[in-house]
Amino acid sequence: MSTPIRKFDAVIVGAGGAGLRAAIQLSEAGLRTAVLSKVFPTRSHTVAAQGGVAASLGNSEEDHWHWHMYDTIKGSDWLGDQDAIEFMCRKANEVVIELEHYGMPFDRTDSGKIYQRPFGGHMSNFGEKPVRRSCAAADRTGHAMLHAMYQRNVKANTQFFIEWMALDLIRDEAGDVVGVTAMEMESGEVYIFHAKAVLFATGGAGRIYYSSTNAFINTGDGVGMAARAGIPLEDMEFWQFHPTGVAGAGVLITEGVRGEGGILRNADGERFMERYAPNAKDLASRDVVSRAMVTEINEGRGCGPNKDHVMLDITHLDPATIMKRLPGIREIGIQFAGVDAIKEPLPVVPTCHYQMGGIPTNYHGEVVVPKNGNPSEPVPGFYAAGECACASVHGANRLGTNSLLDLLVFGKSSGESMVEYIKAQPVAHKPLPANAADYSLSRLNRLETQTGGTAVGATRLAMQRTMQAHCGVFRFKHMLEEGVSKITEIEQQVANTEIKDKSKVFNTARLEALELDNLIEVAKATMVSANARTESRGAHVRDDAIDSPEFPDGRDDANWLKHTLWYREGNKLDYKPVNMTPLTVDTIALKKRAY
Amino acid sequence: MDSANDQQVSPGRLLWHCRRGLLELDLILQRFIEHHLESLTTDQRAELFELLHYDDITLLAIVSGREQCEETRLKGMVDLLRAA
Repeated sequence: MSTPIRKFDAVIVGAGGAGLRAAIQLSEAGLRTAVLSKVFPTRSHTVAAQGGVAASLGNSEEDHWHWHMYDTIKGSDWLGDQDAIEFMCRKANEVVIELEHYGMPFDRTDSGKIYQRPFGGHMSNFGEKPVRRSCAAADRTGHAMLHAMYQRNVKANTQFFIEWMALDLIRDEAGDVVGVTAMEMESGEVYIFHAKAVLFATGGAGRIYYSSTNAFINTGDGVGMAARAGIPLEDMEFWQFHPTGVAGAGVLITEGVRGEGGILRNADGERFMERYAPNAKDLASRDVVSRAMVTEINEGRGCGPNKDHVMLDITHLDPATIMKRLPGIREIGIQFAGVDAIKEPLPVVPTCHYQMGGIPTNYHGEVVVPKNGNPSEPVPGFYAAGECACASVHGANRLGTNSLLDLLVFGKSSGESMVEYIKAQPVAHKPLPANAADYSLSRLNRLETQTGGTAVGATRLAMQRTMQAHCGVFRFKHMLEEGVSKITEIEQQVANTEIKDKSKVFNTARLEALELDNLIEVAKATMVSANARTESRGAHVRDDAIDSPEFPDGRDDANWLKHTLWYREGNKLDYKPVNMTPLTVDTIALKKRAY
Repeated sequence: MDSANDQQVSPGRLLWHCRRGLLELDLILQRFIEHHLESLTTDQRAELFELLHYDDITLLAIVSGREQCEETRLKGMVDLLRAA
């Protein structure tokens, strides 16, 4: 039986912030737009964003997009592309005000303007003093954004395919993108979505790590599909970590716990931060604390049967103080660590939070690859936006509240680019290649017929533990080298996963196996890219690239001011230059990133 | 798909609806499902399915005990989730 085909002008994979924003642009232009999502749109991981969205509205005090641009470039440790960063910061006011017009309930000032709050790294006048730039809707900014944009899409007649999982990108002989294959979970049937343009807005892949703040759905599906389709992945060695997540769960423990007197201890009960930061101790900066924790674990002083975490101890504090000043901490401990923090220390570990790299794009949201001597040649018909994409505005580290801005700005710009591209195409779709679904069907058939294979859950756990131990927040040459071998072995296991349940309807075992196929591509790209980058920059910190006058904080601009490109085929690496030329202003010149 | 007959909620669909946008809910629901899915009656499955229609922020507040569920007939299922 041939694979059924659904035909649309545009197909968007992912219904989080970026996908919803792009869909508004396409549907309101009158184009037939399908949005595929594994879960109901308002249950996308964007819902977890609390901090707000950055825009230099200047409602509370003087602000300017140029200052925001400076903060973003400095945050990126100069790895961000300055054209894309200028574009994003200049567009911020427009997309935030549009969102307000969609019905987003932003917090307001007494005079009715959007209220703006301070956030780490937001400064006025090129790093001079803090400025209030973050626009929020209480502590549910992401949630409110999803609802406002989903409603706008319903009004614009966007067609949602909810509980559908995209499987593979379809490219024709010329390499142009002409659709995707996808599985309807309810029936287990595979369909071809034939489109004039495809956008990936599938979010991050934080589940490659053992300890991650990401929801279970964050399996890097778009990134995995792109890699399998021959698209390189950019800057995958850069992941943002938070020092204290509950070990084994990932739920964040606020830094306020250490502020109130919480102490980090190793397996010997030692307050180890005294050795790493004799003055600040447990209140040292995030990166110093994270590095110390990883060093303790690596040197065998970690806690628990796997010696893979340390303890955060508040048992010496007065229970009344804990209940008053840290009301949520006891609940988190009991619910996610099985520990009453008043009586016992909490197991914690540096925890993955955000993926800076992804599918390479320009600031129009077009996916770009090196071709014919051009490092950034657009792939016709293919677009990406949000955490799965690398525009690159976050470079080596993301500025707080720029994630929601990224998905609004590049969701919109990719939508606009798609409208323009689709309208310039002939009425008829480009033909699908022969047997367009064969690759996806062969992957599914392998799962159906595999015998004597590996279990999905155990293989995923092996991958996550390997990534956490070998390529976490603080990296060591020998661990990375060993990590490359280990992840290559695990890749073989992923290729042989076996599921016992062969049923068709909502077969979650099959879905998890398909997700693992995507995760492993992200894991390989991360490990191989990190092993090769022998400097420290932003979130990629190696113990063999240390601070010196020639290499401030271990950063080596002479050799490493460039983007990594990882190709799945042959596990090989290429590099492309960082765009240091903004659109209208002077280059923000390189300097040491100090706060 | 959300209007499906509650009597016919399959275990697979129920499991998939436990996939959420918030990690905290993923963890709570996974733990609950691992321990209780097998023993849930048809009615209880339908109640859980209905509860899973709440948005993530509200559902987390309900299962954490910070908010009450406005549907009093789901109280039994809420109590089971809170105890898990």
